[in-house]
This record gives sequence, C-alpha cells and structure tokens, in this order.
Amino acid sequence: MRNEDWKKISRLVSKRSLWMVHFCTGCGAMEMPPVMTSRYDMERFGMHAMATPRQADILLITGYLAVKTLKRVVQVYEQMQDPKYVIGFGSCTINGGMYWDSYNTIKDLSKYIPVDLYIAGCMPRPEAIMDAFLKLMDMIDKGEAIGWKKYRKYYDQYKRNQRMAFAYRLDEVKEIKEDDAK
Amino acid sequence: MVIEIIEKILLLSGMVALGFIIGMFFNGFARKVTARIHNRVGPPIYQGYLDVFKLFAKKTNISHGWIFDLAALFSVAGIALAFLFLPVAGISLLSTEGDLFLILYLLAIPALGFALGAGASGNPNAAVGIMRALMLMLAYELPLVMVIVAMMVHYNTTSLATLVQMQSNFKWALFVPQFFIGAIIVDMALQGMLMEKPFDIAIAPHEIASGPMVEFGGKHLGALMLYKMMAIVVETTLFVDLFLGGGVVLSVEQYGWIAYLVNFLVWFALITFVFFLALLINAVFPRFRIEQALKFYWKYDALAALLLLIWVYAGVSI
Repeated sequence: MRNEDWKKISRLVSKRSLWMVHFCTGCGAMEMPPVMTSRYDMERFGMHAMATPRQADILLITGYLAVKTLKRVVQVYEQMQDPKYVIGFGSCTINGGMYWDSYNTIKDLSKYIPVDLYIAGCMPRPEAIMDAFLKLMDMIDKGEAIGWKKYRKYYDQYKRNQRMAFAYRLDEVKEIKEDDAK
Repeated sequence: MVIEIIEKILLLSGMVALGFIIGMFFNGFARKVTARIHNRVGPPIYQGYLDVFKLFAKKTNISHGWIFDLAALFSVAGIALAFLFLPVAGISLLSTEGDLFLILYLLAIPALGFALGAGASGNPNAAVGIMRALMLMLAYELPLVMVIVAMMVHYNTTSLATLVQMQSNFKWALFVPQFFIGAIIVDMALQGMLMEKPFDIAIAPHEIASGPMVEFGGKHLGALMLYKMMAIVVETTLFVDLFLGGGVVLSVEQYGWIAYLVNFLVWFALITFVFFLALLINAVFPRFRIEQALKFYWKYDALAALLLLIWVYAGVSI
C-alpha cells in the first residue's frame, strides 16, 4: 500500500473520532452544553469532550482572549499531539468583536496559533457550531486542515507574534525588533 | 511437536485478538446504550474501532521516560494473559489446577501497570487518580474473594474449568440459593471492577481530569484504551464463568463443532447482558466519593459475603 493511500485512510477514519478540549473563555461556553447534550448531540459524529489537552484533537476557543489567557492557550495548544486542529469561535477570535478597542485582549487569534476554522457570529448558534464541525471533518478528509503543519513550518513567526503580545515593557518590544532585524 | 507448539501459539494469539475485537465492540455498544438512555442518538456502534485506530494513527507521541512507555504495554499484556486463563465458552487454553487464585493475582497486574505509568507521568491528578483506583480495588476485592472462597468450598475445586464443567446442563451456580445471593454481591463488585458509575471515582473526568490517564495521549492512550476494553471482556467473562456456567449449553462430545459455535454465541450474549446491566446502573447514577465507596463495599457487600461464607461452611442447604 502506498504511503499516500495510508494517509487517506487514516484521515477518513480520524475525522469520525475527533476529541475536543474546549477552552471556555468569555460567553461562548454557554452554547456548548446544548451541542454536547441531547438537543444537538455531537457524539453522533464521534466527537466528545476530553478532559486534558494530551488526549484531544480539537482545541475550541470560545470567545475573547486576554493576553494572560493567550499564554495558557499556547501552552495547551503545544501540549496537544499532532494532528491537531483549532476552531476559533465567535467574532472575538476573528477581530476582537466587542473588545476591538480593548488594551488587554488580542484581536486576531490566527496571528498566535494556526486556526483551521472560524465560526462567525456573536454568539454563533448551536446549529452553526454543528455546521462548523461537519465542515472541519470535510476539511480533514480533503487534507485541507493543516494548521498543525503550519505551526511547525512557521514556528518562528508564531513565536515572534506571541512574544510581541506578551511583551510587558518597552525594552522587551525593542528586543524583539532587534531580533527581527537580524 | 513443533507443529503442536505453533498451533497452540496461533490459537492463543487468535484468542487475544478476539478479546480485543469484542472489547472494542463493547466500547461503542456502551456509548450507544448510554446515549439512548440520555435520549440522544449516540455514536455508531463501531465507534470503538475508529477511536483506537485514530489514537494509533496520531503523529506525535509524548513520552515521560521508559517506565511510562512500558506501563501501557504491561497493562495490555497483563489483561491478555488474564483472558487466556479464563475458560471462554468452555474452551480454556491455559487453564490449570488452582487457576482461581491465579486469576485473582492476574487481575491485579494490569492495574499495577496502569499505576506505574501514571506514577511515571508525575502529574498530581494522576497520583490522586491512582490512589483512588487502588483504594477501590482494596474495597471490591474483599467481597469478591470471599464469595469465590465460598464457591471453592461448596464445589470443592480451585479450578475455574472444573467449576464451569460442573455447571453444565444448566446447573448454574445462580440457581443455587447461596450463590444467587453471591451473584448479587459479585455483581456489585463488578460495577467497581468495570469502573462504571457510581464507582468511576478513579477516572472522574470532571474532577481530576481523567485521573491516571491525564498525561497519556496518542499511542499510549490507544494501548490503555485497549486494556480498558479488554478488561470489560475479562471481568464480565469471570462473572459468567462463576455464576452462569460460562456459556456452555451444548456438549462438545455430542455435537462437535456446532457446539463450539453455539457455546460461543451464548457466552457472547451472556457477557453482553452482564455488561448491559452495569451500563444501566452507570447511566442513571452520580459518582460516589472514595470513602462512600469503601463504606458501601465493606459495610454491606463484604458483610453479606462474610455471612454467605459462614452459611456455605456450615453446609446448610435449603
């Protein structure tokens, strides 16, 4: 069997067994219980909420991220094992949403960790979340969900952006700029 | 001679493979049944196979040293060995005299492997989880061992294969009044062995982040899942062998290979039924705290088992 075929089969099976760790920040967590329980029941697609990032395949970020929270999100993301996928949930992760002019939240999640899929809306309804899960499965099947490969390839870029967000004093920013120049 | 050995090895590995296949089926079955009780649709019944495949197909695999790597293997090997020592549908491949004692030891080995791995991961949640798991083992083993000793006294044998043989022609231990009570006691212990609610204290995903498994991911978690799935088959088979005649309904001498097939199907139906009962309890109960579980087992279950033991020793029959 060719390696390519093997990858295809493994993607075909893996998409039906996605385990999720949901990083519940902001108000997005409110929409998850109906998705998980009897009303919408995401276990139909073999998805289930896992307790730790080590066991999970999907990282679901539900809402705004303060800079301090971002540190934890990066940690959680790096603890997960490849292949791993990130879903940004709600407009807060896309452009800051209602926190667009806040001094201590990040505006665009995909600058810091690779996001495979965004769900727009404030808040997205459970139907939209189910739709996003199906779309993600489709993407995995076609081999388009390659965020984890991107993170390996552009690791320096992501790390630079993260450092920039975490920078606390002016001289730390200067240091990063100096590193950029090198 | 050589051919015989090869034959035996093939038979043993086939048996282990069968155990894993049935175990993986049980995973999907359990999730489907639970989902239907919760009024959900639930995953497809073959979900267990998909999950294990996915875990083994994961790209990276974070390790915490060689003990962590070997522990998962240790668990799988231990539970596979325990499965081979059990008579399955009257076929006992490795059975010897006194294997009832041996099985009690063998059932402890995989749990210890599990504990080793969790200890090597160094996560505090894992330490709490494994402490609870070993406490729970201490709690349910007492009534279990007492009932098994009572059976040894009553049937005057320490061999599980002989015990199964004595129960053929539907002379099941369940129909003996003493062991009808014994079966209820062991079924309660089984709930703890299977770690279903209300005794899923060790895993408790919402409290201690899945306890001993907290640091396991990828292929390690795949191996541990195989162990857990196989453990269901082993523990339910032990119950069926002890009380329900091991699924033997037709004698092999009389019917030949049809007897093997029918016995096997009956065994499968029986273990599914025993597991189904555990699932029904699992689906509707919340979780005990560890001291409540200990109290439950030692105050009610073990006391009943002790009275049963005295009853059997006194040899009073109804």
